[in-house]
Amino acid sequence: MEETREFTEAQEPATSKRAEFLAGLKAELPLALGVIPFGMIYGVVALGAGLSQAAAQGMSSIIFAGSAQFISAQLFGLSAPAIIVVMTVAVVNLRHVLYSASLAPYVQALPARWKWLLAYLLTDEAYAVTITRYNQPDGSRQKHWFFLASGLLLWATWQASTAAGIFLGAAVPASWSLDFTLALTFIGIVVPMLRDRPGLGAALTAGLVAVATSALPYKLGLLAAALAGILVGAWLERRA
Amino acid sequence: MNAWLPILVAGLLTYATRLSFILLFGRVEIPLWLRRALRYVPPAVLTAIVFPELLLQDGALFLAPGNDRLVAGIAAILVAWRTKNVLLTILAGMLVLWVLQLL
Repeated sequence: MEETREFTEAQEPATSKRAEFLAGLKAELPLALGVIPFGMIYGVVALGAGLSQAAAQGMSSIIFAGSAQFISAQLFGLSAPAIIVVMTVAVVNLRHVLYSASLAPYVQALPARWKWLLAYLLTDEAYAVTITRYNQPDGSRQKHWFFLASGLLLWATWQASTAAGIFLGAAVPASWSLDFTLALTFIGIVVPMLRDRPGLGAALTAGLVAVATSALPYKLGLLAAALAGILVGAWLERRA
Repeated sequence: MNAWLPILVAGLLTYATRLSFILLFGRVEIPLWLRRALRYVPPAVLTAIVFPELLLQDGALFLAPGNDRLVAGIAAILVAWRTKNVLLTILAGMLVLWVLQLL
């Protein structure tokens, strides 16, 4: 009996949850720093688009997805119908289905409350570091603490930077061009993803169609571009 | 303007996409065509957001060295490609943009 307990403890040291949590914070930190300017700009843009302070902050906790929030704020500013806002957010956030499918095998054994919580925290930035951790071949069974830490750090940073943006309002001069950090963040996430022809074809097609259709109302060009890119990627993969 | 209803619905849909396979794994088989298509959602969506930022100014195509965001974006693409580091990519892109704006 005593032997069994010692064996279990040796496999699962008491500090491993803590170690995973701290490692998750450390891995997420650079990405969290990267979203601070964008969160602030989102806050400024959301107020400028006519959203109330509560709705601007509420969007950060209810939708909790930077690019979708930024685009929704622009759509609210254009007085787009609610259905267009909802559809655009749904398509822009469809990529989370992929993240969900990719992480699902690793969190399968967790209790349901963990799954509901981790799913809420599943962003581009948390996914990027968490999948890297899960792919490391060590036998740690506490990697969900890493996932939790990366998700929570990004969540807290996002809420705080949104609040700062709302509070500062127009105090950040437009000449700083901080809105450009969104495009730069996405470049940093996408470029390392493009390792084969189908991926590159999907990205280039979507980018070019987005430029060609940018004059369409309500940012509908974004939906067209995403769809065209996905089709070209899948088609190139089938041909290969 | 009441923005709360679309925000709530969009939030629920977003949460549903995040929860989808985490909750259903093992109970639902993902069809091959869907898995294949989903793999291209991130590069397609993110690039569709980036390209107009770099190539358009006031809605018109602006392909010239005078387009500061395009030059800064290309610099950022090179840094991202070489380093695979998001923070370095952001810093390099902003630095190039600010220098070009000062010139």
